[in-house]
Amino acid sequence: MTAPVRLLQCTVNGRATAVAVAPHRTLLEVLRYQLDLIGSKQGCDKGDCGACTVQVDGVPKLACLTLAVAVEGREVTTVEGLGERAGGCHPLQDAFDRHDAAQCGFCTPGILMAADALLRRVQRPVTPDEVRAALAGNLCRCTGYTKIIDAVVDASRRLSQP
Amino acid sequence: MQDGFVGRSVPRREGHDKVTGATAYVDDLSLPGMWHGVTVRSPVARARLLGVELGEGVPWHEFAIVGPDDLPGPNVVKLIDTDQPLLAADEIRHCDEPVLLLAHPDRAMAERGRAAVRLRLEPLPAVTSLDDALRGDVVVWGRDNVFREYRTAKGDVDAALADPDVVVVEGVYETGAQEQMYIEPQGMIAQFDAERGVTVRGSLQCPYYVHAALVALFQLPPQQVRVIQTATGGGFGGKEEYPSVIAAHAAVLARKAGHPVKLIYDRVEDVRATTKRHPSRTHHRTAVRRDGTLVAMDIDFIIDGGAYLTLSPVVLSRGAIHSAGPYRCEHVRIRARAIATSHPPHGAFRGFGAPQSVFALERHLDVIAARLGLDPAALRRKNLLQPGEQTAVGQVVREPIALDRVLDRALALSHWHERRAAHEAFNRSTDGPLRRGIGVATFMHGAGFTGAGEVHLASVAQVQAERDGTLTVLAASTEIGQGTNTVFAQIVADAAGLPLSRVRVGQPDTAVVPDSGPTVASRTTMVVGTLLRRATASLRQTLRDAGLLPAGTGPVDPEVFTQAVARYLADHEQLRGEARYEPPPGIAWDEKAFRGDAYASYAWAAYVADVTVDLRTAEVRVDDFVAVQEVGRVVNPVLAAGQIEGGVAQAIGWALFEQVVYRDGRVANPQMTNYIIPTAVDTPPIRVEFMPPFLGDDAPSKGIGELPMDGPAPAILAAVQHATGAVPTAIPMLPEQLAQVLQEAQS
Repeated sequence: MTAPVRLLQCTVNGRATAVAVAPHRTLLEVLRYQLDLIGSKQGCDKGDCGACTVQVDGVPKLACLTLAVAVEGREVTTVEGLGERAGGCHPLQDAFDRHDAAQCGFCTPGILMAADALLRRVQRPVTPDEVRAALAGNLCRCTGYTKIIDAVVDASRRLSQP
Repeated sequence: MQDGFVGRSVPRREGHDKVTGATAYVDDLSLPGMWHGVTVRSPVARARLLGVELGEGVPWHEFAIVGPDDLPGPNVVKLIDTDQPLLAADEIRHCDEPVLLLAHPDRAMAERGRAAVRLRLEPLPAVTSLDDALRGDVVVWGRDNVFREYRTAKGDVDAALADPDVVVVEGVYETGAQEQMYIEPQGMIAQFDAERGVTVRGSLQCPYYVHAALVALFQLPPQQVRVIQTATGGGFGGKEEYPSVIAAHAAVLARKAGHPVKLIYDRVEDVRATTKRHPSRTHHRTAVRRDGTLVAMDIDFIIDGGAYLTLSPVVLSRGAIHSAGPYRCEHVRIRARAIATSHPPHGAFRGFGAPQSVFALERHLDVIAARLGLDPAALRRKNLLQPGEQTAVGQVVREPIALDRVLDRALALSHWHERRAAHEAFNRSTDGPLRRGIGVATFMHGAGFTGAGEVHLASVAQVQAERDGTLTVLAASTEIGQGTNTVFAQIVADAAGLPLSRVRVGQPDTAVVPDSGPTVASRTTMVVGTLLRRATASLRQTLRDAGLLPAGTGPVDPEVFTQAVARYLADHEQLRGEARYEPPPGIAWDEKAFRGDAYASYAWAAYVADVTVDLRTAEVRVDDFVAVQEVGRVVNPVLAAGQIEGGVAQAIGWALFEQVVYRDGRVANPQMTNYIIPTAVDTPPIRVEFMPPFLGDDAPSKGIGELPMDGPAPAILAAVQHATGAVPTAIPMLPEQLAQVLQEAQS
């Protein structure tokens, strides 16, 4: 039952990373249980809730449905890397904090990664409907999404200021 | 206190850790030598358990295995009754009931073990609907499948219904089960040590519920059982009573294994095995004058409690008390029953019975309005409770309530009259498939435990002064996303006259904090917040009495405070203020007669939903939602609005998307793939407004957590009725159900 372990080489949050992984391990399992990056969450393990959303080469991916070996040579960013990239606290994270967009906080890392991918893609202020569409794959049970949408719109405006 | 922190939207205490991903939830923790636990469950609703077989090909000697005979104490989940076992021993009473526990150092191997266990079962007839339970052909509880019945009456309902001058309107309204669907699944980590006892960490709302369950199971002195709440990814009532089961399971596995054991449910297991909102059926028979004046209400309220009694009596009680709403009515009779079935036990979920009975009444009022040709808002306004009048259970409203103002504000914000007219004009003229409608619900929600519940709880909260001049909040109330930490810090900072930064709120740990009661029933800010204010005042008084602090209740120079504390602690071991719950004067509840002061205070609200119905697909889209409420003084407006917005979204889900499909008593859609909660695309803009407190700016705060669950479902269905003319009476109302209602309305 034990398949041969492979050496996975990729970039995680800007750092070259080499980790031995079994081929059936998901990216989420490797991030959480081998690399101790606990920010990405498991809410369903079936690609429904979006709490495990990370970015692979800047594109949002469900880490629970991505085999770890599939990110060989690629660049993985988790919520831990989002802040590091901005030198501490990313404007999106700051906006989520100010707007109280994180209540229980469990969906927050995944939502931040999906929202950041949207803002990086469009590079301009976004509308509430654009945010709704971009976050349609990320479930939140606490907020009713209102403050999440406000926070993303606010961050997009701040990021677009010269 | 003008310059205080109460009333201001200070940022969430743990906000930074949550947005950076640093917050550690239970599955983010690991203890040295930790094993992984799994639960073997029944695949059928009811059966005699003849035996358990461990299958081939699994190294069973590596496992810790716990059955009913391996428990250190009584095989009981400690709640109201003792009918529910921790592990089914002879008879299986519901699907996914725990039968056997396994733990192994390797998570995957633990799963292999679970799959290899075979249960020898002799099927027994199950009761999988309210009708079957009431018919009583198969009895699964007591003599008649009735867990609990409450009756209360005032006036002469029969005479009023027989009055020739009234119109009698009858209706039956149903609500379905609802899954809490917190995004973090349930989980616990337990440690056992023969000398030090049991320590459990996990995702939970009520540390002392878990504590009591473990003390009873392990038969240990209370100080040898320690329960620590980890950051909790949502609860909504789902982590009120069930965590006691998981904690007990993890703890007996840890005892058997001699290792810490982590027991985390995956989503499917969580949805199948843990509690949900009680399904309900309400029969209304109402006498009303042609001008809309309510004369008599005859209400029969039934909830499906599932296979064990759990918390159903209290859910029933709250539902019954709310079943006649915030309306004046001279003659009211309420019969309420919690019924036993073979479903997994239904349990606590935000609103706790009130959303079910409020849905029925509000729906019924729209049916009455349509029958009499009255505007639904006008019908409500005519009957709203006034100060000095009595609720259905005889509670005199002492507050100077002005519900008409709450309703007016909601109607103004939603442009009720203009939109109502515009929608009707649109619906008359359109050839297309879309219909528009607007609906309203007015309601109240009692905060805190029902009846004498708070007196029995006798909650305690403390504030401790540290040598560095900071204050530590000692309370068992948990932060589960709703903002407990922040609100407590605001309240204590103001009472102490100190900056917010001088107040610390720790993670509840029964080794450190007193029992301030469970984090339920919208009671945290209202009840425990008040205790903390009193505890802080008492701490200040101690320093004043010692001549270390000047008199007064206003701001204190933090340096002066720090010196005062330092001097006090030079002579004393510690400095704490403590407060214990005392009921407000003149409050009395008669449980036998089911009459009296049911709650110390009520929040009042009027919600309006604006919808579009697509007649082709029978889909309902909520376009706009207005939520206006009076909740006393709002401690933190942004956090409070967050509670309302989240509750409204959950209630939209309950009304339109969330259907628990039971097939032969088992949840057939236990995933987020097929149990649909609202996404960002499904949730409308939610416009929240808090009315100035009826008692003025210094009014006490009322509970708000559950309130927003009550109003949206009836408001949305009222809007669908306005849009289509059809009269839906049941939720969830998925397109399949609405299509049927529309078809029946046509024929």
